[in-house]
Amino acid sequence: MNEAAFYPVLSEVFRDVFMRDVALRPDLTAKDVPGWDSFKQIEIIVALEERYRIKFHTRELDALHNVGDLARALAGKTQP
Amino acid sequence: MTALYWLPALPDWRARLRAIPDDADEAWRQGVALANTRLDFVATNALDAVLRRATAAATPAGVPGKPIRLALLGSCTLAHLHAGLRVAALRRGLHATLYESEFGQYWQDLSDPGSALHAFRPSAVLLALDAHHLAAGISAADPPAAVAARLAETLSRIGECWRMARAAFGCQVIQSVPLPLHPPLLGHNESRLPGSRAAFIAALSAEIRPMAEAEGVDVLALDARAAVDGLAAWHDPGLWHRAKQEVAPAAAPLYGDLVLRLIASRQGRSAKCLVLDLDNTLWGGVIGDDGLEGLVLGQGSALGEAYLAFQDYARELSRRGIILAVCSKNDEANALAPFDRHPEMLLRRADIACFVANWSDKATNLRTIAAELNIGLDSLVFVDDNPFERNLVRQELPMVAVPEVTDDPALFARTLADAGYFESLAVTEDDRARTAQYQGNRAREALRATATDLPSYLRGLAMRLLWRRFDRIGLARTVQLINKTNQFNLTTRRYGEDDVLAIIADDRAVGLQLRLLDRFGDNGIIAILIGRMRDGCDLLIDTWLMSCRVLGRQVELASLALIAAEARRLGATRLIGEYVPTAKNSMVKDHYEKLGFTPLAGADTAEVRRYVLDLAGFAPAETFIDVTEG
Repeated sequence: MNEAAFYPVLSEVFRDVFMRDVALRPDLTAKDVPGWDSFKQIEIIVALEERYRIKFHTRELDALHNVGDLARALAGKTQP
Repeated sequence: MTALYWLPALPDWRARLRAIPDDADEAWRQGVALANTRLDFVATNALDAVLRRATAAATPAGVPGKPIRLALLGSCTLAHLHAGLRVAALRRGLHATLYESEFGQYWQDLSDPGSALHAFRPSAVLLALDAHHLAAGISAADPPAAVAARLAETLSRIGECWRMARAAFGCQVIQSVPLPLHPPLLGHNESRLPGSRAAFIAALSAEIRPMAEAEGVDVLALDARAAVDGLAAWHDPGLWHRAKQEVAPAAAPLYGDLVLRLIASRQGRSAKCLVLDLDNTLWGGVIGDDGLEGLVLGQGSALGEAYLAFQDYARELSRRGIILAVCSKNDEANALAPFDRHPEMLLRRADIACFVANWSDKATNLRTIAAELNIGLDSLVFVDDNPFERNLVRQELPMVAVPEVTDDPALFARTLADAGYFESLAVTEDDRARTAQYQGNRAREALRATATDLPSYLRGLAMRLLWRRFDRIGLARTVQLINKTNQFNLTTRRYGEDDVLAIIADDRAVGLQLRLLDRFGDNGIIAILIGRMRDGCDLLIDTWLMSCRVLGRQVELASLALIAAEARRLGATRLIGEYVPTAKNSMVKDHYEKLGFTPLAGADTAEVRRYVLDLAGFAPAETFIDVTEG
C-alpha cells in the first residue's frame, strides 16, 4: 500500500475537475471544498477510472468519505 | 471506446486552456481550435467552463449562422452532457444555448404554452427518453397482448411529443434511440419473449425509425453507437444507480458530437467533398518510384485488399452524393496511370470530380479544389497517411477537416465513419447523380476553353430551364437546398418540410424550383425562389438561392423573369429583394443591383438591405436559356 504516492495524481485530477488548486489531505471531505457536489464526485471517480483503466466497486464508492479513502481505494487497485 | 480519436491529440491542453484570455472574441477563437483536438470529458468540461466565463458578458463576434437553442427533454439525468454538447457546437464554430426540462417533466413542458420550454423558444428539440423509463413496468409475466398495447401506446405518446414540438416551435426534432441496456432473459432469441424489457426496447427502437422518417424527425442512433463502441463504453449500471445517468460521463464528448452532427447537417454544414491523397492512402507504395507493377493494391495481399476496401468505401460515399477529389504530390501523368491502367483499381478517373496532382503544397491545392468545385473549404475532408501533410493542412487551413488516420489502411473507412463528417439526413436523386454532374462540368469547361467568346459558349451549351412551383415530389430536394446552400443565398433563411408545405398551401405566396439541363446532362434542381405578397402590391423575395455549379450561365436573369411573371400573376406591381449578409454569402451582395433593382430608401437595417424593382418598367432580358414549365 502506497497511498501517499497517489497524491500528486489526485492533485492533478482535482485541479482539472475544479479548475483550481485544491490542497489535498487525507481528512479532506466534499463539504470542505466549494463546488464538490455529487456530479463533481462522479467526475473525479470516472477521471481516475479512465486514467488507470480500473473500475471501482459500487461498495467501494459508497464507502468513500474523504480524500484518504480515495487514495486507499486507488492503492488497493493499481500503481501510481 | 468513445474517444474522439480522429481529432489530433493535444498533450499540453492544460497550458492552452490556462492561456485563454478573458476577451470574448479571442477566447472564442482559441476555444474553437481547442475543441478541434482530442479532449476527454474532464478537459471538455474545463474548456466549456472557461468559454462560458469568457463569453458570459459578450457574445463573441464572427460566429456564423443563427445561435443554436437546444432543448433537452429527458427522463433521466442529462446535466453531465451539457458541456459535451456546447463544446461540440464550439468545434463547428457554432454557439449553443441549452435548456433542460425538469426531471421527467417533458410532457408538461411541451403541452403547456406557458412553460419555461415555450419561453426558451428552442431551435432544436432533443427527446432523450432512456430505456428504463420507456420499459418501466414491463415484465416477463405480462401477456403478449398487453405488451403489444403498451408498445403502441408508447410510440403514439412519442409521436405526440414530436407533433407538439413541431407545432409549437416549427424546429428540428431529434429522437434519441435508447441504449439497449437491459440484460436479456432468453438470450439470442430474446424477441420471442415479448415481456422482456430488452425485447421491448429492441422492438421500440426498430419501429421508431420508419415513424421518425415519416414525421420528418431525425434519429440519434445511440443503439448503433453502442454496437460499435460496446455498451460498457456508453452505459455504466453503477452510475445509473448512483446518479440516474443513462449515458456514462466519459461518453459525453462523443454524445455531444453525435447530436451536433444532426443539427449541423440540418443547417447544411456537413462536409460535401472527400479529398484523397494517393500514395499509401489509396494504394500501397509510391507510384513515381514503384511504378504500376510495384503498387500494393487488390486481391492477394491483406494490405492490398485493405486499400481496395477503402476505395470501395469512398466510391460508395460518392454514390450517395459525396464529391470525390484527389490532392497528391506527384507528376500528373504518374498519378493518373493507376486510375487508367491498374486492373485492380476500383476508383476510376470518372469517379473523381477534381483531380489535382502537382508539386505545390497541399494547402494551396486544397484551395484550388474548393474553388474549382465552387464549395467552401469547410466542406472538405482531407485524408492523407502522412502526418506532416496533415499537420501542414491543419495549420494553414484550420477549416478543412483532417482526420487523424493511422498508417493502417484497414482503419481508414472506420475512422471516416466514426468522425461523422458527412452526416446526412436524406438522400435525393440529385445526390445520386452528383459525380456525373461534376463530370458534366468538366465537359462544359472544355467547351468553354474552345469557345472563343462567352456568348458562343453559352449558346453552345443549349441550356433548358424547367421551372415548377413547389410540389410534394420535389419536397426533399427543395428542403435540402434551402438548408445547405450558403454562398449564393440572399437571405439564408432555413425552412423545413412544414414551412414548404405551408407555402404550397398559401395562395399569397409562391415557391419556384428550377432545373437546368444542357447538352452535357441534367444539373438537377439548381435554384429555389420564394416570394410572398406584402401590402397588396409588393412581392417580397423571401428566398433566392442557387447552386454555385451554374454560376455565370444567365440563370439569374431567367429566374428574375420567372419571379416577375409570378409577381404579376399575384397582382404585384413591385418586386422587393432582400440581402442578409452572412460570413459566406458576400458573392451575392450586389446581386439585386446587378439585376437593375434600386436600393429601397430608408429600409436598410444592420441585418438586412432591401431593394426594389418596379414591374411596370421591367422587361425580361434576353438569355441563351430556353425556359419552360415542366
